[in-house]
Amino acid sequence: MNDSPPLIIVGNGIAGTTLARQARKKSTRPILLISEEHPYFFSRTALMYVYMGHLTFEHTQPYESHFWKKNNITLLQERVTGFDPQKKEVFLAKGETLAYGDLVWAVGSRPNRFGWPGEQARRVQGLYHKQDLDQLEAWSPEIKEAVIVGGGLIGIELAEMLHSRGKKVCFLVRENSFWKSVLPTEDAALLNQHILQHGIDLRLNTELERIETDEKGNAMGVVTSKGERIQCQYVGLTAGVHPNIDFLKDSTLNCNRGILVNRFLETNLPNVYAIGDCAEQKEPVAGRRSIEAVWYTGRMMGETLAQTLCETKTAYQPGPWFNSAKFFDIEYQTYGQVSSTPKPDEENQWFWQHPQKNILLRWAFHPDTHRLMGINSFGIRIRHEVMHDWLLSDTTVETALENFPAATFDPEFTQNYQPEIQAAFQHQFSH
Amino acid sequence: MNRFTSLSVKSLFTVLGWIGLILLLLPLSNLSSPETWILLASLATLSIGVVGYAYFQYRGELPGIKNNGVFTNSLSARGVWGWSVGVLLTAFYITLYFYPEWLGYRSEGASVGMVALFDPLSQLLNGQPASQWFLYGTLYTLAILVFGVKFLIKYRHSRYQIIRTGSVMFFQLGFAFLLPELLTLLHPDTPYFAKDFKNMWPLNYYFFEDWHVKNMLNGGSLGLFTLGMGLAMIFIISPILTYRYGKRWYCSWVCGCGALAETAGDSFRQLSSKKISVWKLERWMIHVVLVFITLTTLAVLWSFLGSPKNPTGISREIFSYSAIVFFSLLLAAIWFGKRNELHADARFALVGIGVIIIGILCIQLFSGDRHLLGISSYTLRKWYGFGIGAAFSGVLGVGFYPLLGSRVWCRFGCPMAAILGFQQRILSRFRITTNGGQCISCGNCSAYCEMGIDVRSYAQKGQNIVRSSCVGCGICSEVCPRGVLKLENGPVANRTDRPDYPLGNLMDHLDAQ
Ligand SMILES: Cc1cc2nc3c(=O)[nH]c(=O)nc-3n(C[C@H](O)[C@H](O)[C@H](O)COP(=O)(O)OP(=O)(O)OC[C@H]3O[C@@H](n4cnc5c(N)ncnc54)[C@H](O)[C@@H]3O)c2cc1C
Ligand code: SF4
Ligand code: SF4
Repeated sequence: MNDSPPLIIVGNGIAGTTLARQARKKSTRPILLISEEHPYFFSRTALMYVYMGHLTFEHTQPYESHFWKKNNITLLQERVTGFDPQKKEVFLAKGETLAYGDLVWAVGSRPNRFGWPGEQARRVQGLYHKQDLDQLEAWSPEIKEAVIVGGGLIGIELAEMLHSRGKKVCFLVRENSFWKSVLPTEDAALLNQHILQHGIDLRLNTELERIETDEKGNAMGVVTSKGERIQCQYVGLTAGVHPNIDFLKDSTLNCNRGILVNRFLETNLPNVYAIGDCAEQKEPVAGRRSIEAVWYTGRMMGETLAQTLCETKTAYQPGPWFNSAKFFDIEYQTYGQVSSTPKPDEENQWFWQHPQKNILLRWAFHPDTHRLMGINSFGIRIRHEVMHDWLLSDTTVETALENFPAATFDPEFTQNYQPEIQAAFQHQFSH
Repeated sequence: MNRFTSLSVKSLFTVLGWIGLILLLLPLSNLSSPETWILLASLATLSIGVVGYAYFQYRGELPGIKNNGVFTNSLSARGVWGWSVGVLLTAFYITLYFYPEWLGYRSEGASVGMVALFDPLSQLLNGQPASQWFLYGTLYTLAILVFGVKFLIKYRHSRYQIIRTGSVMFFQLGFAFLLPELLTLLHPDTPYFAKDFKNMWPLNYYFFEDWHVKNMLNGGSLGLFTLGMGLAMIFIISPILTYRYGKRWYCSWVCGCGALAETAGDSFRQLSSKKISVWKLERWMIHVVLVFITLTTLAVLWSFLGSPKNPTGISREIFSYSAIVFFSLLLAAIWFGKRNELHADARFALVGIGVIIIGILCIQLFSGDRHLLGISSYTLRKWYGFGIGAAFSGVLGVGFYPLLGSRVWCRFGCPMAAILGFQQRILSRFRITTNGGQCISCGNCSAYCEMGIDVRSYAQKGQNIVRSSCVGCGICSEVCPRGVLKLENGPVANRTDRPDYPLGNLMDHLDAQ
């Protein structure tokens, strides 16, 4: 054990927790993990399953409470209000200060609000923190009808949650399709249809105008951009998230939308770093966005920074992009780059869709070389390892199709559609 | 159909189910010989009740995972309903094992009451009046069938689950229930155990017992077939199948205990404890069971071989020497072949078990006592029969479904699971592959693993799951919302690798400046 000032990590989400665990594997330095939300790391992505009764909140915690003690990682449930980079101290809400050796911001995101009239009313919320979930649970008996605003991943999760508990859900999406900013037309259409099939009142091309309240300040309904009034007892605001850094705006930390970091996840201040949702890359990795608010990148930043803080300075270098989600009953996985509106001279796309089932496979490849660029898969599980290798090794789409069974990850006995898919591809591209 | 009419239709089927149960219990009050129609009506309403309920529960919903409310429902989350069902089931098992006369069983003369209710069916199948075990076997099989249908509806989107459930229903109905009964009908004079050829040591721990071996030896060609089949199962077929497919080929595709757990127990799978401390307990228990069953069997064989009527011509000495050589070779092979894949405590267990078994055999050989360890094999067997056979597999194993989950017996007490699991851990192509870096640590897999395996703890590190207790039910893979888990058979090498990080991070490929 050594007595040097600790590594202080603010935020015990996937980014902060991964860093703490990996740093502990490599070093004996004191580690302090601070979070205001909950004393223990839990999976934010699983909050929906708690509301739906698939899990209890305890299930969302990957480590039993003795884990932290055993690994000598000190936990503290407190809000951090700021820091002094000269004295190397952080300030706690209770007024205490703590000295740090290295300081890492892993403070995550916050739901967006766009100044809608009525957005501060009771029974209006975004879904991000555990406290939001507790709030929703408390309001639940009052909710018969709900309106959800914003057609992204958290929006559809919230729709599924409320629907599972028998609430009538109206889902407002500004674009002409669900998750239009990410998904090409047919992919999004498949989901639109599935959402409707589940009995969700999906309203496309519709924006929120204002939220109406009763005399006690409870949400009573919304008015849409089309002038319709929809009665509801709950409004879920799920139009994206932004880095949770308002409390750092007055510090000397360089921030844009997020905390600006270089490829080593260093901020402009010595011994101060940022990882996860709240970090913004000054020079994004080629082909990637500067802020990637997903689970996996948070984890990888944690892994990378642990290297830098404990043995070797290491640059953040994520491999080919991957992500996954589940939309009611449809599983979705994506690897590499598949644009929602590809530029014809840069990216060619081709998709195959099952005539009845919710299965769709979209391949993105270079128009000239046919080098595989990415894949969207709905209803077929894809083997990460194989896709990862293909994307790193200039595989052509033809080779990929030829070897497609090796790249699937569905349970045994699941039907294999490769012959149909390959035949359809050849039919279209063989001349 | 909307939510509310479906609710009232479901209540209707619940009522039907209750009527079936009441009809079944009716003969208890009136102990004279009951009428056939009551049996028929009871079994029919019970089945229609369960299947109809399931059908209307799931028919309005699109195919997919159906776990809404599992942890808020009183039955599946240890609420009042859960406890009530637990108490009822336990009471039933205690009655069955220790007070069968309450069910109407008479050791002399014709049975009455509930047992007699099953006479017509028993006559039909095997030409003899029902015993309490026939009653139990019938209800057991019926439960697997009707809850099997429920499971099939619930998992209608998954071919693995459909085929697997079809398999357990088939083996229970055909091999475990009908076949021995029909053989009794055809060969009324051969002893029962000469034709029970789903029989396999050590699940049927009495396989090598004196009476059982004699039963088979005296059972003519059928008996010899059963004996041969049993030996082939233990020493040839089972190791090969377990090598190729993991222990799932038995535990969640064939076994009757597994069949009940997978069907009737499905609503309770999430109640198994995932705590590390419980895993520790599991390892202790299962190893103790393993040693105990091996010793019991050795003791039985020892006294069998010593008896003047020993028909095999193998002497005790030859037997002991070969057993010592066998266990030593086995131990050495595992130690030198697989040591590096095992954790410290697994090595400890391995050597411990080996030393105990070989040690006792040696002591035995040199002391030449009539009984192994000086305890009569009869006493050992009696204890085993009570402790493991009855109290554990029935009362705790099934009675406590709604409290401790559906696989308590399989996890802590089953000697068969212990042996197959040992092989699965050491030498099998089976593993659950983790899909690179896709895990979001949500915890669904761990929560729904009936064997209490903390699947997530492997998946989130990008490690495959190779655990001796995994019965390969495939539910973790079903409930995973990110498609992270796949049960598969592949090369033995590298299946237990532990990557430093889950796939996706290339940092190692960069030259750090
Ligand atoms: C409902 C939902 C579903 C999601 N599903 C997916 C998914 O399926 N796949 C996916 O890839 N991503 C998903 N995400 C996004 C993913 O959860 C985030 O990208 C990830 O959790 C971010 O991790 P993080 O460690 O950067 O921050 P966070 O998990 O946000 O952790 C930050 C922690 O810091 C605490 N904190 C903040 N400020 C302070 C302060 N001043 N003092 C003390 N503590 C502070 C916060 O309370 C929080 O506990 C989902 C997000 C939500 C909300
Ligand atoms: S690990 Fe998965 S397949 Fe194995 S027993 Fe548990 S849930 Fe079933
Ligand atoms: S269910 Fe899937 S995503 Fe969730 S913890 Fe298990 S493996 Fe990971």
